[in-house]
Amino acid sequence: MEILVCVKRVPDTSENEIEINSAGNDIERDDLVYSVNEWDNYAVEEAIQIVDKVGGSVTVVTVGDDESEEVLRREMAMGANNGILLSDDAFEGSDGKGIATILKAAVEKGNYDLIMTGAQADEGAAQVGGMLAAMLDYPYASLVNLIEAGDGKLKVGREIEGGNQEMNDIEMPCVLSIQTGINEPRYVGIRGIRKVASVEIPTMGASDLGVDAAAVGAGAAKVKRVDYFVPDMGEGAEMLEGSTEEIIAKLIEYLKAKGGLK
Amino acid sequence: MEPALISPAMFKLFGVIPTVLFSVMIPIVGVGLFTYIIARRMAPIVKANPDFRFDRPRQRILNVLKIWLGQYRHPRYMTAGVLHIIIFFGFLILSVRSSELVIKGISGGFIMPGLGGAVGDIYYFFKDYAATAVFFAVVVAAIRRGIVRPARYHYPESYGHDHTNEAVFVLVIIGTLMISESLYEACLVAAEVQKGLHAAFLAPLTLAWFFKIIFSNASSSTLQALHVIAYYVHDLTFFFFLCFLPMGKHFHVITSLFNVYFMRLERGNVRPVRYGVSDEELDDLESFGVKKFSDFTWKDILDFYTCADCGRCSDQCPANAVKRPLSPRFISLKGRDYAFSHFPLSGDFVAQEPLIGDIYSEDEIWSCTTCGACEQECPLGIEYINKIVDLRRGMVDEGNVPQSLQKPMSSLEKRGNPYGKMEKKRADWTKALEDCEVKILDKKTTAETLYFVDSVSSFDDRMQELAQATSKILFAAGIDFGILGKKEKDSGNEVKRFGEEMLFQDLKGQNTDAILDSGVKKIITSDPHAYNALKNEYSELPPVEHISQTIIKSVKSGRLRLTGVTEEEQAKVFTYHDPCYLGRHNSIYEDPRDAIDAIEGIRRVDMLKSRDRSFCCGGGGLMLFYEPEEEERMGVLRVKMAQEAGANVIVTACPFCLINMEDAIKVAGLEGKMEAIDLSELIAAHIEK
Repeated sequence: MEILVCVKRVPDTSENEIEINSAGNDIERDDLVYSVNEWDNYAVEEAIQIVDKVGGSVTVVTVGDDESEEVLRREMAMGANNGILLSDDAFEGSDGKGIATILKAAVEKGNYDLIMTGAQADEGAAQVGGMLAAMLDYPYASLVNLIEAGDGKLKVGREIEGGNQEMNDIEMPCVLSIQTGINEPRYVGIRGIRKVASVEIPTMGASDLGVDAAAVGAGAAKVKRVDYFVPDMGEGAEMLEGSTEEIIAKLIEYLKAKGGLK
Repeated sequence: MEPALISPAMFKLFGVIPTVLFSVMIPIVGVGLFTYIIARRMAPIVKANPDFRFDRPRQRILNVLKIWLGQYRHPRYMTAGVLHIIIFFGFLILSVRSSELVIKGISGGFIMPGLGGAVGDIYYFFKDYAATAVFFAVVVAAIRRGIVRPARYHYPESYGHDHTNEAVFVLVIIGTLMISESLYEACLVAAEVQKGLHAAFLAPLTLAWFFKIIFSNASSSTLQALHVIAYYVHDLTFFFFLCFLPMGKHFHVITSLFNVYFMRLERGNVRPVRYGVSDEELDDLESFGVKKFSDFTWKDILDFYTCADCGRCSDQCPANAVKRPLSPRFISLKGRDYAFSHFPLSGDFVAQEPLIGDIYSEDEIWSCTTCGACEQECPLGIEYINKIVDLRRGMVDEGNVPQSLQKPMSSLEKRGNPYGKMEKKRADWTKALEDCEVKILDKKTTAETLYFVDSVSSFDDRMQELAQATSKILFAAGIDFGILGKKEKDSGNEVKRFGEEMLFQDLKGQNTDAILDSGVKKIITSDPHAYNALKNEYSELPPVEHISQTIIKSVKSGRLRLTGVTEEEQAKVFTYHDPCYLGRHNSIYEDPRDAIDAIEGIRRVDMLKSRDRSFCCGGGGLMLFYEPEEEERMGVLRVKMAQEAGANVIVTACPFCLINMEDAIKVAGLEGKMEAIDLSELIAAHIEK
């Protein structure tokens, strides 16, 4: 099975103290450390496990600048066979639809049975997976937390609100957006990354992909961020005080009063 | 002069068959078989990875004299230890006699060279007592093993059946050897007495002496028969035993001498990824760590062979005590069984499956806190930490790392600390300090001494107080010191021990550069894990000192003056908990105690398990992130031990111990009854203004 996994380089929320910049339109990006978006990492692990079982290859792709290459290498150190960097000045400032347009072109350059994305990104809007499927006219399943590879189709489990589980058959080629917890992604250390340090990662721009530069980038973006701020602390928070026993007693009282405990 | 009895060398069975044939055949077959068995047993050792253990012969011989010949570690378990010492020395003494007997079966008059004269008289006198002592030791040991059954020999069901039968069987064999040897001699002496010949002197109250009395009136033919039968029972048992030794836990009778000779000499370090491969060449290695059996080094396999299943390691292991899925003795026994089954005595070697999953479980290998209690206890010099770390290296190399550890490891890679905090905030703890300036060293700001804070004391809210207390002490003692600030990275002590060697190398490189650039002449730290890493895993650094050493030196020189106990403290009893990386791994036991005692009027007691038998708090560094399966916390057990000792304040000298102790006090519900404090905090509170 030929699998393409779309990944994104994001500021690591667990390793950064996110602050708003002085202009108030973005976060402070000095001193940030980046990593691969957590959901995407689960998607790559799942792809590798599928290929380990049924054969084929895993390709990881990202839209970004030169620095995005590091996340491709990290995923290749995990076990992805190929990486493709989609980079062009024309791509800068793309909205979700723009990114999906670029990815669609990349998908069409290959011959993939399965396209995977993370369900969402740390700083994203959970929109690219669905749009990509629609543009490709492929079937789509979101929030996938279980995949069983079959002949020409897949059995996919989806997480439903309230902790319920749904199982679907889906025909390939298809697009799946992957939920965290579907597997336990393997660890990638410095050694793993060094092993793939010299592997060539092709870069493709708008012309390589046959993407109309006017259809992507900031100019084509129809969704624009106009403000970015930390919400004011709302009313209603109460700090419980006293000894541990007293705090527990009060908490139980509140939970009972609000119906959380019966 | 005609001898009182015909010796086995001259005897003819049924008057025709010369028994000397047996005397010749038994040793030939026995030695031949033994040589074959040992050759097969050598196979996994020959195929194993290298291990450099041929250096420093003087130190190694000293170890042999102390630990092997001196049986130094045995009395730590008094009953079993004394029994073992009796049997061990009995064996050593009787080995001469047994060898002599083998030749006596061929040449009746043979006497071991050197034993002809007075030396011989003394030897024969004592060897009878040795045999008797061994016999009674064996009887007591059999009762202990078979009837009393101490808990540490127990086998959990998951590990198969225990070795009681094997143990008792061997005890019977040893008893048989003692009886037959004594009977052989007693019959001869009884016959000599009967015939009025000059009889050899038998030491009173020995087995032989009793047998002589019992058989003093037996007929000459009975004595003759018993004499020859006893001889061949001894001869057969002796060679059977020799060939039986390499089949199980009594292999140690043969391997222990070598295992102790080759045992590790350094403490506090972890062996290289591959002997003979420098840190710079690590990138060229195809694979890291132990994934399959032949990735172990030859010393590991010698360790497996040598394990006597005495259970002392597991009895001391804190992970085992809280029912984590780790019991060090089974690391050895499973390794040995693997060697036996995959390198059988006959036929082809069996293909090797991966160790993790089939032989060792992931949780078993991650459960170890590397506290070193097992190695400290092993009377045979068996090692565990190196194997555990190598198995972890193998798992890390395969990407098989628990999710709970992946985040902190990735933060260490990106931010130099496991918490994912910003580098620039590493020195923020200094802001709360008043009247005590902490320099942040750079090109312009220099100092004589570096205070290496390490991650936990830099970033953990509570442990920052420990860094502040340390600074106050250094300041009060008039030491010109500074810190590296954002240039300091985690020391990586646990990074190495969790098998992430390349990340450790990276951290080590950054720290080494920063320290050497700072131009300091000396390093002081209040974190034993940092102390251990800088001292034992880094190279080319200035001398490293733990704050407890600095305190005691400064107090002795008068530069640091301490006030006596406060009224509140007068009512308290203090106990000192030895951190593993200060005590066992670096032998600093007395300085922290002396530092506490330097506070006039303080009452301090020691816990039953202290110094080199200290009980690990639960582990530091990355171990704080790991979520083990366990029934109880190690810290809770430790806090209860402090309570049993009659203490109500636990003083420790390690930030991780303090975290674990404070948590454990809460979990054990002892808030208000027990408190934990770091040595640096205690001393800082007693600085004379």
